[in-house]
Amino acid sequence: MADYVPHTEREIEAMLGFLGLASLDDLFSVVPEALRLAARPHGDGTPRFLGLADGLGEPDVLAEMERLGAANTACTGPGVPSGRGLVCFAGGGAYDHEVPEAVRALGSRSEYVTAYTPYQAEVAQGVLQALFEYQTMVARLSGLDVANASLYDGASACVEAANLAAAVTGRPGVWLSRGVHPHWRSTMATFAAGSGLSLVPAPLQDGVTSWDSGPADAPGALVVQYPNYLGCLEDLDAARRAADARGALLVVAFDPVAAGLLRPPGERGADVVVGEGQALGTPLSFGGPYLGLLACRLELVRRLPGRLVGETVDAEGRRAYVSTLRTREQDIRRERASSNVCTNQTLIAVACAIQMAWLGTTGLRELALRCARATRHTRQSLLAIDGVEPLVGAPVLREFAVRLPVAPSIVVERMLDEGFLAGIALDGDPDLGPGVGPGLLVAATERRTRGQIDAYATAMAKVIR
Amino acid sequence: MTGDQSGPSASPEPSPAAGGRAASAPLLGRAEEPTVFELSSPGRRAWSFAEVDLPAWDAADLVPAEHLAEEPVALPELSERDLVAHHTRLTHRQYSVDLGAYPLGSCTMKYNPKLADAASSLPGLARVHPATPSSCTQGWLELLVALGEALAEVTGMAAVSLQPPAGAAGELTGLLLMRAWHDQRGDAGRTKVVIPDSAHGTNPASVTLGGYRAVTVASDERGCVDLDALRKVLDDDVAGIMLTNPNTLGLFEDDIVEIATAVHDAGGLVYYDGANLNAILGVTRPGDMGFDIVHLNLHKTFAVPHGGGGPGAGPVAVTAALAPFLPGPLPVAAADGSFGWETPARSIGRVHGWHGNALALARAYAYVLALGGDGLRRVSEIAVLNANWLRRRLVGHYVVPHDRPCMHECVVSAADLARERGLRAVDVAKRLLEEGFHAPTVSFPLVVKEALMIEPTETESPQTLAALADALVRIAEEASPDDRQAPRTTPVGRVDEVRAARRLVATFDARRPAGGLPFGEPAEEAAPPSGRPPDRRGEG
Repeated sequence: MADYVPHTEREIEAMLGFLGLASLDDLFSVVPEALRLAARPHGDGTPRFLGLADGLGEPDVLAEMERLGAANTACTGPGVPSGRGLVCFAGGGAYDHEVPEAVRALGSRSEYVTAYTPYQAEVAQGVLQALFEYQTMVARLSGLDVANASLYDGASACVEAANLAAAVTGRPGVWLSRGVHPHWRSTMATFAAGSGLSLVPAPLQDGVTSWDSGPADAPGALVVQYPNYLGCLEDLDAARRAADARGALLVVAFDPVAAGLLRPPGERGADVVVGEGQALGTPLSFGGPYLGLLACRLELVRRLPGRLVGETVDAEGRRAYVSTLRTREQDIRRERASSNVCTNQTLIAVACAIQMAWLGTTGLRELALRCARATRHTRQSLLAIDGVEPLVGAPVLREFAVRLPVAPSIVVERMLDEGFLAGIALDGDPDLGPGVGPGLLVAATERRTRGQIDAYATAMAKVIR
Repeated sequence: MTGDQSGPSASPEPSPAAGGRAASAPLLGRAEEPTVFELSSPGRRAWSFAEVDLPAWDAADLVPAEHLAEEPVALPELSERDLVAHHTRLTHRQYSVDLGAYPLGSCTMKYNPKLADAASSLPGLARVHPATPSSCTQGWLELLVALGEALAEVTGMAAVSLQPPAGAAGELTGLLLMRAWHDQRGDAGRTKVVIPDSAHGTNPASVTLGGYRAVTVASDERGCVDLDALRKVLDDDVAGIMLTNPNTLGLFEDDIVEIATAVHDAGGLVYYDGANLNAILGVTRPGDMGFDIVHLNLHKTFAVPHGGGGPGAGPVAVTAALAPFLPGPLPVAAADGSFGWETPARSIGRVHGWHGNALALARAYAYVLALGGDGLRRVSEIAVLNANWLRRRLVGHYVVPHDRPCMHECVVSAADLARERGLRAVDVAKRLLEEGFHAPTVSFPLVVKEALMIEPTETESPQTLAALADALVRIAEEASPDDRQAPRTTPVGRVDEVRAARRLVATFDARRPAGGLPFGEPAEEAAPPSGRPPDRRGEG
C-alpha cells in the first residue's frame, strides 16, 4: 500500500503520550460509541473498518489506471498508439485541439498545481498575476471591460450570467435561445428550480434564433450562443435590439477560438460574455475539468460572480496583486451573496492564459483560420456525398450540422469501427427548431489534415450507403 | 527546536535535520515580474502548427463580412523561451504544498501524491471526448462507477452523483435534491434551511440559490449546535439543516443523532457538508449519523490538488430514498458486466455540462486505490493526532476557546495577544509566512474572536509539526508592534487590499503608467487592448 503518512510507530507513541492517550482509537472518544465503525469481516473474511480493498503500491495503482485507460478508445494524438485512436470530428463545446508542450509543462508546475486559493497574497503573487493576465486576455477576447478568474464550465458560466442579470434587473425571466448548447440549457433549468428564474425558449429558424415573439413578462436577460450549438453565426445586432426593446441584458456565449476571427461580442452590444474555455489549453478530458469564461461591462462588476484579481501595491509601494471586491463573495456576504462559487478552475485558467500568450495576436487568428478551413473542407467533402444535406442554411464557422439518410446515432456507431468519432448525433434533441434534426454535428480543428478529412468522407459515404 | 519534552522531539534524532521540515522561507522571486503584456515585443511568436495540406482560404472567404473582425485581438507577442521564463519566475513567487506545510483550517491542504498526476494524464483517460459513445468509454465508466461505490462506502450512503464540480456546486445540488424530495411528497411549502452560526459562507449562499431562507442557529458554550435552540426553530417551514461534522471549530457534534432525529421529526432532511470529512474516514460515517445528503470535497479529503483555487470535485451522496432524484446521467453497471449511462427516474437534471471534473475524479480514484480502506482510516487517525498534538502544544500560548479534544483541526484565538500586545490574528498569520509556513485560516469561524483555524493534515511529519508549533509559540512570545509590518521576507510585503477595491484595476492597460519597470518596452509601445467604442449599449 502506498502511504503518505510520514509518522513512525515510535513517533505516534510519543505524540499519544504527550496527549495522555493509550491508542489512536482513544482520539475518537468524542465520537459516540454507537456511531463508531467496528472492524467487520469483508471480502476474504479479514476484519476491516471499510468495505474497500486494501491499498496498492504505486506501480499497481498505475497499472490499474492504465488498464482503465486502455479500456477506452481515446482520440488520436500523443501517447495514443497509431491505429488505435479515433480521429475526432466531434465538438459540441469540447474540441480536439493541440495543447502545446509549453502549456503542459508550465501548467504542471507544482507551485501552480498544489497552491490553495490565493488568500495570503504575499505568498501567492504567482497565481494572482497569472490570473490577472488571464482576466485581461479574456476581457480582450470578449470585447468587454472585466473578466472574472474562472467558473466551472460553459454551463455554469451561463447559470451565473443569468443570475447576475436577474440580480441587476430585478427580473427573473431569461429568454434563452434554443441555439445554446442543450446541456448548458438543461443545467440552467436545473438551477432555475432553486433560483426561481423562469426560462423562456427562443426558437431557431433555419439555424439562427428568432426573437420575434417574446415572453409576456419582460425578461432580465437574453442568452444567445455565437457561433451557436449548430455552428451558425447568430445575428447579434438583432439580439441586441430585442434586448433593448425589453430593457434586458444581453448575454452572449462565445467561443474563444472562433473569437480569433469574429468581432468581439462586447463590441456588438453584449453586456455579459460567457463561454467554454477548454479549447485553449485543456485536453478533451472526458468533459472536465473545463473552464467557464465570464466577462462583463464595468458597471456590472459588483455583481460579478466568482473571484476577481486586482492590481494594487504592497507596503513599500511595489506593484502587487490581490483578490478584490471580496465583499461580493459568499464567505463575506453569506446568504445575501448572488453566487456561491468558492473553488473555481484556477489551474485551467492559468493554462488558458499560458496558451493565449503562446498564441499571441497572430497565433489566435491563425488557429481560428485553420479551424475554419478544416471545417469548411470537411463540410464540402460531406455535402459532396449523395444523400448528405445541410441541416440548416445559416452561415457556419466553428462546426456544422448535416442531415443524413441513416439515423445519426447509428452512423456514429458505425464510424467508430472505421476509426472515426464522426460527430455528435442530434437525434435526441427535439429543441433545435421546426424541421431540424435528426442530424449530425461535426467539427474539425487545426489538427485535422486533408488526408484524415478525405478518409472520413470516404468512410461516411460507405456507412450511410 | 524548543518543542515540548513530551512531544515528537523527544525521539532520539541522529541529525537535527532528520525527518526534514516542510517549510520554505524565503521564497525566491523578490524581484517584481513584468506582466506578459509588458514583455510583449511585436512580431515575436511562440506558436507553430502542423502541416495539414488544406486549401488556404482567406478569412474573408470563411466569415461573412458583418461578422469578421477588422483587427486581431491584441494578445502578448513573445517567444516560447520568454514565456517559459515568465511563468517560471511567477512560480517562484508562489507558495505551495509541495514547498511546505499549508495548515489552512477547513481546507485540508494535504500532500498530493504524484502518482495521481501520472494517472490523470494517461492518454487513455485524458484524450477521450465526452460525447464518445459508451461502447468506447467502458474504462471511464468503470472508473466512475467504482469511485462512486467507494465514496458511498466511506460516507455510508446508497448512491452518488459525481457531476458537481466543486463543494459549493455539491451543496447547491444537495439543496435542489432536498427541494425535489419535498415537492414530490406534495410538501412544497417549506421555506427555511437551518445553518449553525459556525458554518462556511458557501452554506448560506447555497441556501439562497436553492430558493430557501437561511435560519441561523447558535452554538452552545461547547462549540456545538445548541439542541434546545435548534428545537425552537424547527417547524413545518423547515426543509432541512446543513451541518459540518466535525464542525468548523474542529469539534465533533456528539448530539448528532438527536439533531438528525429532531430535524427528521419536523419533516426536514439532514445535509452533511463534507468539508471536514478528513477527520472521520473509516471511523464513523454520515449515513450512520442520520444524514440524508452528503457532499464531498475530493480536492480536500481525496488529495486532488487545489490548483491555486481549483479545479476540485464535489460529488453528492444520498440515501436510497433520494437516489431517484440525483443529477443524471449516472454511470451504471449492467448485469452483463458492461457499463453505461442512466438518468434516474425523477432526476433534478444536469448540474454540469458533461460528466463532472472527470480527471479530478480519476485522481481521487487513484488515491483510493493507493490507500485502500485501512489507509483511509489511517489518514483520519493521523490527521486527528496531528491536530490534537498541535492544539495541546499551543495551550498557554494562545487562547484555546474550547478546551476539549478536537478532530482534524483546532481553532485557537489571538484575542489575548491582540488585547495585550496589539498583535491580531492576521498579524500572526503574516508573521508565519516569514517563518516559511503558510498561514492558518484567519478570522473564521466567525464565532471565535481573532480566530486562527489550524489544520495540519496527516501528511505533515512530527518534525514539521514541531517546527510549526515552535514558530507559532515564538511569534506569540516575541510579539512586538513591528510585527504589524509583517511579512517582510516574502516576494511582496503586505498588500493594500483597500486600494485594490477602491481603485479597481482588474485588467492590464498599457495606457496606465507602468510604474518604474526596470526593463522592457516603454508602456505606450506595448500592445494596446483591442479598440472598442466607449458605449456599447444599444449600438447597431
